[in-house]
Amino acid sequence: MNRFSYVRATSLDEALSALAVPGAAILAGGTNLVDLMKYDVAKPARLVDISRLPLGGITALDDGGLRLGALTPNADTAYDARIQARAPLLASAILAGASAQLRNVATTGGNLLQRTRCAYFYDPCMPCNKREPGSGCPAIGGVNRMHAILGTSEACIAVHPSDMCVALAALDARINVESPGGARVIPIAEFHRLPGDQPQTDSTLGADEIITSVDLPADRFGPHHSYLKLRDRLSYAFALVSVAAGLRLEDGVIVEARIALGGVAHKPWRDREAEALLVGSAPDREAFDHAARAILAPAVGRGGNDYKIELARRAVVRALSQAAAGAPQSQSDKKVR
Amino acid sequence: MYEDPSAIALHLTVNGEARDLRAAPWVTLLDLLRETLKLTGSKKGCDHGQCGACTVMIDGRRVNSCLVLAVTRDGAEVVTIEGLAEGGTLHPLQQAFIDHDALQCGYCTPGQICSAVGLLAEGNAHCRDDVRELMSGNLCRCGAYTHIVDAIEMVRLGAVEAAA
Ligand SMILES: Cc1cc2nc3c(=O)[nH]c(=O)nc-3n(C[C@H](O)[C@H](O)[C@H](O)COP(=O)(O)OP(=O)(O)OC[C@H]3O[C@@H](n4cnc5c(N)ncnc54)[C@H](O)[C@@H]3O)c2cc1C
Ligand code: SF4
Ligand code: FES
Ligand code: FES
Repeated sequence: MNRFSYVRATSLDEALSALAVPGAAILAGGTNLVDLMKYDVAKPARLVDISRLPLGGITALDDGGLRLGALTPNADTAYDARIQARAPLLASAILAGASAQLRNVATTGGNLLQRTRCAYFYDPCMPCNKREPGSGCPAIGGVNRMHAILGTSEACIAVHPSDMCVALAALDARINVESPGGARVIPIAEFHRLPGDQPQTDSTLGADEIITSVDLPADRFGPHHSYLKLRDRLSYAFALVSVAAGLRLEDGVIVEARIALGGVAHKPWRDREAEALLVGSAPDREAFDHAARAILAPAVGRGGNDYKIELARRAVVRALSQAAAGAPQSQSDKKVR
Repeated sequence: MYEDPSAIALHLTVNGEARDLRAAPWVTLLDLLRETLKLTGSKKGCDHGQCGACTVMIDGRRVNSCLVLAVTRDGAEVVTIEGLAEGGTLHPLQQAFIDHDALQCGYCTPGQICSAVGLLAEGNAHCRDDVRELMSGNLCRCGAYTHIVDAIEMVRLGAVEAAA
C-alpha cells in the first residue's frame, strides 16, 4: 500500500473541504478501496474517512418511496422490513452479492462506486486504459469471459460488477449528491457511464462531490419482480449475467416492464425500447423472447464472452417469467425455477 | 521498538480488554491483531476479502478484518476467536465444531466460528440452505463444509428449541 494521510471527517463540510486536495479519496466501508490500494491500483494521497458522518439509516419519503443513506450498510438495507416490503427487488439483489461479512461493511455509496473486477485492471504489471489511460486494453483479444457484450468501446470492455446497482437501475433510483457548490440529483441511468474513449471515468459524479443518499420511488411491481444472478458458483461470486425484472400487470396484460442487466456492460444495462415492446402484451414466453432478442440484438462477443449473448437472452426470459408468476428467484436455495 | 512516525493513537476494546494503541493509517485490523497484539487466531488467508479466514466481530457484527483499516475503528469493540470461551468453557459453537468434526487442517476454523457467531446473532438463517448461503463468505480448502453446517445447525436448532 502507498503511504497516505488520514482525515476522519466530523461533518459533511469538513469532508468536502478535505476532498479538495489533489489525490484525496473518500473512504466509506473500504471493502473495495482498501483492496485496490493493496494491489497498488488505487494510490490516494489522502483518505477522507466519512464513516462517522450521519449519512446512515433508511427513511420514508412523502411519495411512498424510501431514502437510503449513503453509509447504510448493504446488509441493513437488505434486511430492513420496509425495503423488503416496498423494494424486495433491491433486497434480493443485495443478498445475491458478496458475502454476509462484506455486506455488513459495504455501504450504499461505496457499492455504487465500486470499480470493475477486470483482472487486467487489477494487475499493475499489465496495460489497462482504465487504470492508465492510453496504455491499451489487453482484455480485447485476451482473456475476456467476464467482460462486456453491450455498449463497449475499443478502449475498454469492462463490466460494472455490482448487483445492487442493477436493481437500482430497474427501480429508477435517484442519487443525491453534494459538493461545495450545492446539491444535485443524478438519475441512476445517468450515474454510471459507458467507457467510450474515457474508460478511466466510471461515473458522472464530480471529483468534488459526495453521495449523501439514494431515493427509491414508491413500489410499482408488488410480487412481480425477480433478481436472477448466474455465476460460476452459487454464492460469493460476481455475476456472469444478472437480470433485474419488474412487471406491472393489469387484467392479465403488461402495462409496464423494467429489465436491467448486470455483468454485460460498463453500467447496469436498460433498453427502454425493448421494455416498451412488452407493454400491451400478455406475460407469456413469446413476448418475453421477443423483448430479450431485442435487448441482445446489438450485443458483440469478443471470443471468451460470446456465451454471454445466449446466456443473457435466456436469463431475461427466465427472470421475466419468474416476475410474471410472482415467484422471485430465491437467494437461499438458489434453485432456478 | 521502532514506531512509524505516521502512527495515530487509537483505543480499542479487544476481547473485553481496553487497549490504548498506535497504528499507521495503512495498518489493517488483521495485522494489528496479529502483529501488535499477538492474537494470531485470526488468519490471513487471502488478505483481499475473498476467504473469510480473518473474520472477527466489530461492535457485534462479523467483518473481514483484512479490509478494515484499524484507525477507522477507533473506539470499537472487537471480539476474536480468542475471546469466545468463558473461563475454561468453550463457546457452544467451538464445542459443536469439535463434536461434529467440522475441521481438518483448522486454518479456516477461527474465521468459520466467528462468522457463525455473527450469523446466529444476525438471526437471518431459518433453514440449512440459509446457513449454507450465509456462511459462503468462509472458504474451507479442506472441504469440511458439510460438518461445518452440521455444527452450526446444532447450535442454531438448540437455540430455537430453548426459545420455544
Ligand atoms: C471478495 C469480494 C466479493 C464481492 N462480491 C460482490 C458481488 O458479488 N456483488 C457485488 O455487487 N459486489 C461485490 N463485492 C463488492 C462490494 O459490494 C463493494 O466492495 C462494496 O459495495 C463497496 O462499498 P464500500 O462502502 O466498502 O466502499 P469503499 O471501498 O469505501 O469505496 C468504494 C469507492 O466509492 C467511493 N465512495 C464511497 N462512498 C462514497 C460517497 N458517499 N460519496 C462519494 N464517493 C464514495 C470511494 O472513494 C471509493 O472510490 C465484492 C467484494 C469483495 C471484496
Ligand atoms: S477491459 Fe477496461 S479495465 Fe479491463 S483491461 Fe481493458 S481497459 Fe482495462
Ligand atoms: S484474509 Fe480476510 S478474507 Fe481472506
Ligand atoms: S479445515 Fe482446512 S481450510 Fe477448513
